Amino acid sequence: MKLIECFKPGKFVITCEVGPPKGIEIEGLINELESLQKKVDAFNVTDLQSSVLRVGSLATCRLLKDRDLEPIMQLTCRDRNRLGLQSDVLSAAILGIENLLCLTGDHPQLGDHPEAMPVFDLDSVQLLSAVKGLMGGKDMAGNDLEGRPPEFCLGAVVNPGAEPLEPQIMKMEKKVAAGAEFFQTQAVYEIDNFADFMKKVKHLDVPVMAGIVFLKSPAMAKFMNANVAGIHVPDEIINELASVGKEKRVAKSLEISARLIKELKNLCQGVHIMSLGWERHISTVLKMAGL
Amino acid sequence: MLFTQNKPIEEVLESLGKEKNIFLLGCNGCAEACETGGEKALSAIKAELKKAGKNVTSTALVDFLCNKVLVATRLAREMDKIKQTDSILVLSCGVGVQAVSKVVNKVVHPAANTVSLGGLQGLWPSDERCQACGDCALDYTGGICPITFCAKSLLNGPCGGAQDGKCEVDSEKDCGWQLIYERLEKVGRLENFKKIRTPRDHSKMLPSSELRKTSFYDVEV
Repeated sequence: MKLIECFKPGKFVITCEVGPPKGIEIEGLINELESLQKKVDAFNVTDLQSSVLRVGSLATCRLLKDRDLEPIMQLTCRDRNRLGLQSDVLSAAILGIENLLCLTGDHPQLGDHPEAMPVFDLDSVQLLSAVKGLMGGKDMAGNDLEGRPPEFCLGAVVNPGAEPLEPQIMKMEKKVAAGAEFFQTQAVYEIDNFADFMKKVKHLDVPVMAGIVFLKSPAMAKFMNANVAGIHVPDEIINELASVGKEKRVAKSLEISARLIKELKNLCQGVHIMSLGWERHISTVLKMAGL
Repeated sequence: MLFTQNKPIEEVLESLGKEKNIFLLGCNGCAEACETGGEKALSAIKAELKKAGKNVTSTALVDFLCNKVLVATRLAREMDKIKQTDSILVLSCGVGVQAVSKVVNKVVHPAANTVSLGGLQGLWPSDERCQACGDCALDYTGGICPITFCAKSLLNGPCGGAQDGKCEVDSEKDCGWQLIYERLEKVGRLENFKKIRTPRDHSKMLPSSELRKTSFYDVEV
């Protein structure tokens, strides 16, 4: 199913992120996700997240599909030129994948193979246009595809915490013009700032899913503040998490996430949960948030 | 020697858009040898601009536009005229265009594409500034090159990775797209940012066989 069909009035859409393993044993992860089937609308499968070598998005998406879990294939511009990207998009269509999330991708220097050649033949806007072109039956060189063209629901990302915000919004406008139908965001912890962002992109009239990253510890929050672009965990939240002993930290963390989701419910059309290994806690958080 | 080739006049006119008063600035160094700068090229493009209904406010030739200090000193004399123009059309390699953009608070347009950095690589640290992509986009980005200043050579705006204006790859390095954004805002051309740039044609990076057959290319490379 195409994710865009989920965004009906009154419906708050939930996606969560799936990081394929660094190795070929994937059964455990998929079993864990299966328990979320009724609670989550779709699962984003990352494309070598943080430029770290892992199993690919395409194969993992297909495995999810086989278990009736709706996949969103993430596609970055880091590792493939336009030939490779277009070919993988066609392959995805053949394998029954209906949702693509197109993004630039982290630079290889951030990952575990910093010596790798960064490709970036296309950027995220151009990738969206290229897929849109394939959906219209033409490749990027203008050649006709044989037979029926592929169909996808296209998504993109935006960083509402970026400073300055204006260039992010201008790029978001380009992504919409290029074919993006929904957006997922970087992790949100400051509700007021996010509300301002939503006001500024209201004219685009596209569904936005706010990012949720579970805070596992105060140290993790501080690390993200110092190192992750556009993420700012306010001191109050860090102190709140630090106020309880280690044995109660998980419960506190889930409580914080559930509260954020509740607040976001009035501001945007869904949430995208990046659980970073805490998949087992997703259903609890959703329940606590009244979803 | 940096090898440059004239952009088609249609592309130059499109880039100038509605701007009426144009200051012409030519390089008398490598570009003169390539006939993209120098007196001859300057006269030729001046005639073309007139034909297209443009007003050439003044012209100037600088020996090496890639020498930022020289450009600043030379243009100081022309400032009154430059102030009254809408933009500067620069007849040089990509390094020269960037040097002009750095020292003058005006919109700059490249008249040429840089196709090879040849032997001498310009006098301003040019290997970091021009990769001879053969399809100069400096008019669109306010005279700051997205290919060399962005770690991912993105053409349509920043990725989400910059933090406090610094690149995700190197926290000591400015985000190229942040610089471009600030520059476009300063020269009143933020609308450039909104245009969707199509993917690069990487075949333009290869010097053409005609160019490779020329004797000066042979001598230099």
